[in-house]
Amino acid sequence: MSKKPGWREIPIGTVLTEAGSSVKLKTGSWRAYRPIIDHTKCVRCLMCWLFCPDFSVKISEKEGKVERVDIDYDYCKGCGICAEVCPTKAIRMEPEVSG
Amino acid sequence: MAKVIGLTGDEAVAYAVKQCDVDVIAAYPITPQTVMVERLSDYVADGEIDAEFVPVESEHSALSVCVGASLTGARVFTATCSQGLALMHEILYIASALRCPIVMAIANRALSAPINIHCDHSDTLGSRDSGWIQIYTENVQEVYDSIIEAFRISEDKRVLLPTMVCLDGFILSHCMERVETLEDAEVKGFLLPKPEYPYPIDPERPMTYGPVALPDFYFEFKRQQEEAMKNARSVIREVNDAFAKLSGRKYDVIRADFIEDSDVVIMCMGSAVGTMRHAVRELRKEGLKVGLIKVRVYRPFPEEELRKALEDKKVVIAMDRACSPGAMGGPLYEDVCSLLYDAEPKPKVANVVYGLGGRDLTPSDAKGICKYALEILKTGIVKERIKFVGVRE
Ligand code: SF4
Ligand code: SF4
Repeated sequence: MSKKPGWREIPIGTVLTEAGSSVKLKTGSWRAYRPIIDHTKCVRCLMCWLFCPDFSVKISEKEGKVERVDIDYDYCKGCGICAEVCPTKAIRMEPEVSG
Repeated sequence: MAKVIGLTGDEAVAYAVKQCDVDVIAAYPITPQTVMVERLSDYVADGEIDAEFVPVESEHSALSVCVGASLTGARVFTATCSQGLALMHEILYIASALRCPIVMAIANRALSAPINIHCDHSDTLGSRDSGWIQIYTENVQEVYDSIIEAFRISEDKRVLLPTMVCLDGFILSHCMERVETLEDAEVKGFLLPKPEYPYPIDPERPMTYGPVALPDFYFEFKRQQEEAMKNARSVIREVNDAFAKLSGRKYDVIRADFIEDSDVVIMCMGSAVGTMRHAVRELRKEGLKVGLIKVRVYRPFPEEELRKALEDKKVVIAMDRACSPGAMGGPLYEDVCSLLYDAEPKPKVANVVYGLGGRDLTPSDAKGICKYALEILKTGIVKERIKFVGVRE
């Protein structure tokens, strides 16, 4: 890992001079349980998208319609809210297995 | 030519803030600070000052608004005391860590319970670790002058820390005194054109303010604040010099009276300094030599100046208008003990706690404290580490 900057080298006042840098913080590594969507059960109602507190449900569109719903594992923290709210029980939570 | 006006402490604050041409004021009224807020809202309503006045629903919001406004690069003022300052407590640390050069006047008032509206320093001394510069004033002239100095100090790019200007509730806030004011143009010329905050909020250049900083970065930001306080020591000196040139009134981080020929020194903050000075003068007529040091800037603590002033003294009494139950003594006492730990030879140091909840410090109390110091000089013994002056047994 590269050396982190010292106190003289960082901007004062806790400012991050670059916007949108939170994209770099891959919170997916915090996950203990992984949501897995069963696409045969998913009716693309987007309840999971609406309730996900981490904006980690991705929607693929085709011709203005929702084609498919996926989890963004880079940021999903595995809270399980999507599985809880899914009306068709299309999402199951499986323990993460560290590789 | 400067105008001489009769002003109360609160009015002097408002008048100085008006002349400092602030951009945003967000404040919630609380006795005995109320008149500051009333006057400032009048000034804004009457168009005498081109500022945004945000009437908030609490002190927590008042300081939060000030933080946001300050980050845009605006010149910002607020005022409070006691319970209001306590309610601001969490935002105090945010304002200083975000390096907002906010100036806040505090009409020092005792903390509840029991409910009390009168003066002591428990409110601001309880905030001494929050990363704010603290100036304690002795009279209304100094209140007026210190507000103007505070903006110049806080907004300097070497500092960028918020400042509390403390005036004793009622004793100064509601006492009318003769105040020599500066011309608007003189104040304008003395201040920076605007705060030297380097990252003013700009929609064209989005940035993140106040993000999370975990164990890998938090420490570095705190280290920066320590450096800013260190820089403040020299900036305060420069600003005092510049202000003396402008006004003819020279302030320093401490003021020492009669210390050259005194083996004993009394240390004190706020309006009681005037009472103590009177007592010290009276006792000189009787041939009793007692020195007096007023601590004007309490944070950053004036180490260097105090060490020099106290180096050859035999007895030092630190007077605290606040108590810290369970501690070794009041805040000023503990700081002075730390300061003198390395001194050779070491003076005897004793603590006097006085004036809680607005209890008067009478001239005879003041003389009694001087005589107490002389007694310690004679006996070489501090019988009670904390002496409570003015409490009924
Ligand atoms: S809540 Fe369930 S059914 Fe609805 S879109 Fe998400 S996974 Fe599909
Ligand atoms: S587990 Fe939580 S974080 Fe992950 S996608 Fe579902 S709701 Fe979002």
